[in-house]
Amino acid sequence: MEQPPRKGFFTDTSICIGCKACEVACKEWNHNPRDGDLELTGMSYDNTVSLGASTWRHVAFVEQGRDAIAAARTSGRALVSLGMPSVGAPASAVPAPDVAPPDTPEFRWLMASDVCKHCTHAGCLDVCPTGALFRTEFGTVVIQPDVCNGCGTCVAGCPFGVVERRSDGTAAPTYREGHRKGEQPPVPKRGVAQKCTLCYDRLLDDETPACAKTCPTTSIKFGDHTSMVASARERVAELHAQGMTEARLYGANELDGVGGTGSVFLLLDEPEVYGLPPDPRVCTADLPTMYKRAGVAMAGMVAAAAVAFWKGR
Amino acid sequence: MAAWSPLEWPVLRQVLTGDRTGRGAAVQSARTRQIESRNATADRVVQSVCPFCAVGCGQKVYVKDDKVVQIEGDPDSPISRGRLCPKGSSSEQLVNNPLRQTKIRYRAPHATEWTDLDRDTAIDMIADRFLAARRHGWQDHDEHGRPLRRTMGIASLGGATLDNEENYLIKKLFTAAGAIQIENQARI
Amino acid sequence: MANADCIILMGGNMAEAHPVGFQWVSEALAKGAKMIHVDPRFTRTSAVATKHVSIRAGSDVVFLGGLINHMISNELYFHDYVVAFTNAATLVSEDFRDTEDLGGLFSGFDPETGKYDPSTWAYADPAGGTVTGPSGEEHGASASARAAGHEYGSGGPPLEHASVLRDETLQHPRTVFQVLKRHFSRYTPEMVRDMCGISIDDFEYVARTIAESSGRERTTCFGYATGWTQHTLGAQFIRTAAVLQLLMGNVGRPGSGIMALRGHASIQGSTDIPTLFNLLPGYLPMPSVGRHDSYREYVDSIGSKQQKGYWAYAETYVVNLLKAWWGEAATAENDWAYDYLPRLSGAHGTYQTTADMRDGKVEGYFVLGQNPAVGSANGRQQRLAMAQLKWLVVRDLNMIESATWWKDGPEIESGELRTEDIATEVFFMPAATHVEKAGSFTQTQRMLQWRHQAVQPPGQAQSELDFFHELGVRIRARLAGSTDPRDRPLLDLTWDYPPDAHGNPDPEAVLAEINGYVVDDRAPLSAYTEMKADGTTAGGCWIYTGVYADGRNQAARRVPQGGGGVTQSEWGWVWPADRRILYNRASADRDGKPWSERKAYMSWDDAQGRWVGPDNVDFPVDKHPHARPDPSLGGAEGLAGDDPFVMQADGKGWLYTPKGLVDGPLPAHYEAAESPVRNALYAQQQAPARVLLARSDNMEAPSAGEPGADVYPYVFTTYRLTEHHTAGGMSRWSPYLAELQPEMFCEVSPELAAERGLVNGGWATIVSPRAAIEARVLVTDRIRSLTINGREVQQVGLPYHWGVGSDAVVTGDAANDLLGVMMDPNTQIQESKVASCDVIAGRRPRGADLQRLVASYQQRAGTTPETGTRAVTDPEKEGF
Repeated sequence: MEQPPRKGFFTDTSICIGCKACEVACKEWNHNPRDGDLELTGMSYDNTVSLGASTWRHVAFVEQGRDAIAAARTSGRALVSLGMPSVGAPASAVPAPDVAPPDTPEFRWLMASDVCKHCTHAGCLDVCPTGALFRTEFGTVVIQPDVCNGCGTCVAGCPFGVVERRSDGTAAPTYREGHRKGEQPPVPKRGVAQKCTLCYDRLLDDETPACAKTCPTTSIKFGDHTSMVASARERVAELHAQGMTEARLYGANELDGVGGTGSVFLLLDEPEVYGLPPDPRVCTADLPTMYKRAGVAMAGMVAAAAVAFWKGR
Repeated sequence: MAAWSPLEWPVLRQVLTGDRTGRGAAVQSARTRQIESRNATADRVVQSVCPFCAVGCGQKVYVKDDKVVQIEGDPDSPISRGRLCPKGSSSEQLVNNPLRQTKIRYRAPHATEWTDLDRDTAIDMIADRFLAARRHGWQDHDEHGRPLRRTMGIASLGGATLDNEENYLIKKLFTAAGAIQIENQARI
Repeated sequence: MANADCIILMGGNMAEAHPVGFQWVSEALAKGAKMIHVDPRFTRTSAVATKHVSIRAGSDVVFLGGLINHMISNELYFHDYVVAFTNAATLVSEDFRDTEDLGGLFSGFDPETGKYDPSTWAYADPAGGTVTGPSGEEHGASASARAAGHEYGSGGPPLEHASVLRDETLQHPRTVFQVLKRHFSRYTPEMVRDMCGISIDDFEYVARTIAESSGRERTTCFGYATGWTQHTLGAQFIRTAAVLQLLMGNVGRPGSGIMALRGHASIQGSTDIPTLFNLLPGYLPMPSVGRHDSYREYVDSIGSKQQKGYWAYAETYVVNLLKAWWGEAATAENDWAYDYLPRLSGAHGTYQTTADMRDGKVEGYFVLGQNPAVGSANGRQQRLAMAQLKWLVVRDLNMIESATWWKDGPEIESGELRTEDIATEVFFMPAATHVEKAGSFTQTQRMLQWRHQAVQPPGQAQSELDFFHELGVRIRARLAGSTDPRDRPLLDLTWDYPPDAHGNPDPEAVLAEINGYVVDDRAPLSAYTEMKADGTTAGGCWIYTGVYADGRNQAARRVPQGGGGVTQSEWGWVWPADRRILYNRASADRDGKPWSERKAYMSWDDAQGRWVGPDNVDFPVDKHPHARPDPSLGGAEGLAGDDPFVMQADGKGWLYTPKGLVDGPLPAHYEAAESPVRNALYAQQQAPARVLLARSDNMEAPSAGEPGADVYPYVFTTYRLTEHHTAGGMSRWSPYLAELQPEMFCEVSPELAAERGLVNGGWATIVSPRAAIEARVLVTDRIRSLTINGREVQQVGLPYHWGVGSDAVVTGDAANDLLGVMMDPNTQIQESKVASCDVIAGRRPRGADLQRLVASYQQRAGTTPETGTRAVTDPEKEGF
């Protein structure tokens, strides 16, 4: 069978308007139940808080003042001078006085739609003991709810905290009980792990994933992974040329701890600001070393035991 | 589901598919291998327009067994190019919402609860009340004897999410009945 | 919009309210355009704007007036366009007195009625005197009551003829240009700083950006929404922007204009084919007693045959409408059954009707896909009014608060009403969704798009079309045989729509009637120019003629991307006459050549002798640009080759409105009906001609300078969020949307939070002279405290999507309960964007204590129904 090219997202947060259409389109397509507790969090306009068993797209909102913006600009510029790959327009080429900061300098409101990273080296996939997770022909990582036994190993195996077990254990359409504020959804019986499938069913039919298709401003782009990474690099160069040195890529480096991600992001500040780990690392990255050390240790112990045994004679 | 076959034996599949670490094709379940997009299996696709704001985004409505199974953006639309906002994206839930009312409810004067009515009875009751209110509020002339030919007994509010054809019939019927207090969201 | 070089979004929050429409702004930005968002709040639109400018709610005329003054005094306006295409050169009557001459009022104010007599605002007549309307001048009091401003939804007001005096050097002191220059001279950058809270640097940035993005090579586009309309001078907000855009040459050209960003799927359609008290389809006015008693009086008053352009044929449109409604019963002998139309005798808008309802004058009320208990201003008044009805029919998808106020409304909780005491019968009729019926919506750019039916409505749900058709059938059956003349209009009504497979009327047949047809053979008309005034054609809405041309449903056209052309003309149908840019004759210069290569659109082709370009020209197609017909000619023949504004009575864009507005020929800044700020521009504090509803259930807060103003020290403004839709009837029942914005909240600045001890995530109670509501608190830098006239002014932001009930996924107090009803005199739209309040920490009292809290504030402020109702602030200055 011919292998299609690896697919992925490029989420350009610099043009996100925080409308959350991605969250709704995702839930609608996947028939995920609402999972918020219907209370205002007080965290700007974010009331779904994080990715989870039913929220497979999540939009973060960050309000920042002048100091934070300046710090982001500096740290972004540093990334460039550190030789971040393929980023053109070094800071020195930008005549500073002419580049009026393109946003409101004293304040900004960051919005970013987060999603499963579909890592090159996927911890969740590596640690799954049941074969419930698999890498698809599109290079994405998908959980099979009919195989999953809910052991939760993958939850711990994900360096991004993406995977979660759904409390009610189903992907059925929502129903009347548990809808209104104050009513509780049905008691969970059995939880299976859940996360974004990158719309595996839609990809099979050559359709765009629901979130990318609906995104009004094309902040979420979908396509072949290589072209996504290429346009991400172009975009970050363009923003740097405009003086927005706070722009940087996340997940586009195949030398990082997860071998690069299938979903790449353009961020306007440090990943931590958006609730993303700055240096994600697949939990199985050290397995070979660990095996080697364990092997050495075992050999040592065998030798020691042998010596002890031999001496004891 | 297909009958069990020796070829489904996991070790054999790992070898046969070349997925030796068991992280790909070898672990696909029978269900996974049958996954299809529900758009692909729909009986028909109907072109529509989003009912929320006035941008007029195109929608495609996927229908299976006379039930709407999916509503998403219509990429053919030059207005929206297939995109929808969160409200537009929730259209399928709007249509299939279990909270939605599909029964006529009637609250009698002073009653504390709703009761049910069949449609025939309900429209008859409304027609009777319409004519009575029209009669009670009728004005033939103003204080100077100039013609008014209207009723002040009936008012209506609504229409900005209704179709042009519906608004047309509403305005036509109410105007012919002499009812003038007809308003909609456009003023609010 | 994607073709604009600069986009000014003001009085609206496009990224939040119209995310998908916003893609065109994103595209313009990606092409290098600038986008400036001028708004009291830093919103999701501001977040992606080139620049956000914080403005005090309600001070937009000062800001835009400042821009006008800047462009005129620095000679940055588009001179050739202004001279050729606007009324800048036209001379105004000698009797006109500007706000500069009086203390902030225009000439003609009548303190008795609180309205203007606009006769002195007219153009000077070359034959002496002034150019009035075709049947004399209508007093503002009457025009305002029937919200006459609405009639100009498809063209300007009528003039008796189009012969005027012009001075194209623009030097004559009575030219519109000189009047304008003088009028706006006090709108200085310093005034903008003091009244809007906008720094001089920011003001100059905006002025520079617009100036650089206008002219031959470039265009600037404005987008607005209810942030402009929902004010006591809302129409004048838009007029100010229109004046600026005309001065800059930004009308009728690619990437130009002023976009109304409307909020409902067919809100445009519902004014074109109005469910509005004051209009008939196609912006024909409803007849008014005393003014339109006879057919002749009526048709003469709505369009003069001597005026230029297509409104000169208004009589034809009237005949076709009457013929469509009353068929054979409408004859030349009975004036086409004109007397079947009921007459207005004043304002019958939704708020006047609500007051009548409360006073027991209305028996029955239909509420159709609307939620006035939550969505209308002064919600308590709405609910108490409904409790006085004999019967109420609510048609909706969900069990909205307007259907359940009698059992779980706020007044039940507070004890003001007892369910057992309420005599109102309530019918809840489930409605069909958009996919369960076929029909057309008209979106905000006037495009009709047909929706095909996907499935049948579930259970007892039914479309409006089916319900009202059936109701009409039964009403007519009950009246059959009646000899009472009052029943003739119902019995003679054309009500015979062919049934579809399910026995319901075929919506396409209704569309065909709207489109119009030849009476003899029912052949569809293809353009309104085919309509005849002799009863041989009929058509329900002349501006929609052509939507069913050739017997094909043109609104259902769906060629992908609208086909190859730049106007995407094979998708849907745009009124009038499938024209995509209005007044597009103005995209070429006086000689018919494009203003520039970059902004070329329509132009005159000498060889072919016609206008050519990607669109249908909004002009007689073969009229030479140099044509100068006899000034006495009316109609399309009367248009000169340089009269691009074909729906205006003189063919020009109006910088100054000699007729048609009831609150002044030019915009002037007045403070909102309730404002803690004194008007620094004029002695006159509030819009003098604003419409009030002085009642004890609709009290106003004292304004700046009046005792008690400090009791309600803060300004609040209401708005919507991306995640919800209006009063929530289509969003608060959807779990996916409800969880995204689950609770009513208020947005306050850190300064206000400190002043009142508010905590982020905690509760606050907001008190106005009408109500007190509670909301969770978001403390945010997105709301700024502004320095106005040297004093700090705090603004409170309130989304208005929540309501008190028990059926929705999420409920909460309704922001609209706080609002009073004070209205724009042109449109009778209420002021929802600015009002006064106080904010206190903690939740609101429950039960009877709630009304006690509201009353204690009223007492402290000394408010009575008369508070804030004075029309003229300083009569001496106005010479009364």
